[in-house]
Amino acid sequence: MIGALAAFAASAASAPAPELQPLPGRQQAVAIGLAAAVLLLVIELVRRRKLREEYSWLWVSTALLLIVLAIDQDLLVWLSGWIGVASPVSTLFFGASVFLLALVLQFSVRLSRLTHRHRTLAQRLALLEDEVQRLRAGAGQAGAAPPRRTEPGRDEVA
Amino acid sequence: MPHATLLVIPAYREASRVGDVVREVAALGLPLDVLVVDDGSPDGTADEARAAGALVVSHAFNLGYGSALHTGYCYAVRSGYQRVLQMDADGQHEAAMLQNLLAALDAGADVALGSRYLDGQPPRASLARRAGTRLFAWIASRWTGVRITDPTSGFQGLSARAVHLLANDGFPEDYPDTDVLVGHARAGMRLVEVPVRMHERRGGLSMHRGARIAYYGYKMLVTLLLLPVRRPTPLRNRDSVARFP
Repeated sequence: MIGALAAFAASAASAPAPELQPLPGRQQAVAIGLAAAVLLLVIELVRRRKLREEYSWLWVSTALLLIVLAIDQDLLVWLSGWIGVASPVSTLFFGASVFLLALVLQFSVRLSRLTHRHRTLAQRLALLEDEVQRLRAGAGQAGAAPPRRTEPGRDEVA
Repeated sequence: MPHATLLVIPAYREASRVGDVVREVAALGLPLDVLVVDDGSPDGTADEARAAGALVVSHAFNLGYGSALHTGYCYAVRSGYQRVLQMDADGQHEAAMLQNLLAALDAGADVALGSRYLDGQPPRASLARRAGTRLFAWIASRWTGVRITDPTSGFQGLSARAVHLLANDGFPEDYPDTDVLVGHARAGMRLVEVPVRMHERRGGLSMHRGARIAYYGYKMLVTLLLLPVRRPTPLRNRDSVARFP
């Protein structure tokens, strides 16, 4: 990731505007094949309900962008010139990197939200368990203790 | 509810110590109820606390020191307590010092912060810990306008409005110290430091150890720098812990 960005920066700096060539046929075929495979996999995961739609859209966008760029050579060459890379294949790498960054950031944000929510739920549960025990005791029944966790704290907060 | 004051004791894996702490407090005969918040301990901490006569609420799994405190604040708000005291479950805080905190609250403080550095002999600490304490004591003093010597102290007394602020606002789940004090000051709470005696740990593990000290410094600096511009808490008012039917 970092290496790709550094290479991108270096190639951008040292490029005295060379003539940009379209992708060789083999590179183009590999890029299209890979992106299509990712796209099919993501669609299949959504179909089997193993991946939620809300998490699939960045994946689908990445794959579609790569396919479009790999097929439309004019667009790829124009975009490469605009970014300033030496080789159009770098544009593919760069585009994929940016999307992967966005994807990982999206996960971190969702994780933070889930952490907050599961914390709140656990706190409410603790307070409600206490109230249930009081109510049971008040009703003259033996308040059953909540089930105790036995394994050590694997999910300890850092 | 027999008393207007609730003593919150967050406890994680303190089965061998929490009972003594609760009994020491009870022996003082102070007008307060004792709540031990068991933070998902696997070792019978809740049972020991209950056997010693404390009220107990238990997290289903470990959430961290700050969350245990926050659960205690929410318990106090839901049950209508007027004041909250808080102390550690490991025996570091001397129970008799609770009277000093109560006296400071009676005198009108919103936050009575028990400091081990104001008089007497502070317990030994590592070099990194001492340097960190000095740094954050300086920051806390600058930002609160009150001389703070022990910003990491968990030995505190809180007025009703301070408890309501903490229960309803965002509360840090891991290390609630300097940032909380600064937040209090910004909300117009009256902060007072109170001299207390503290013991060295009778065993167990400090929260402040090893690489966690580095994370602590990072987290505290980020929190403090963002404090003036940050939204209070994620999703506030949509999922309050303190207020639900």
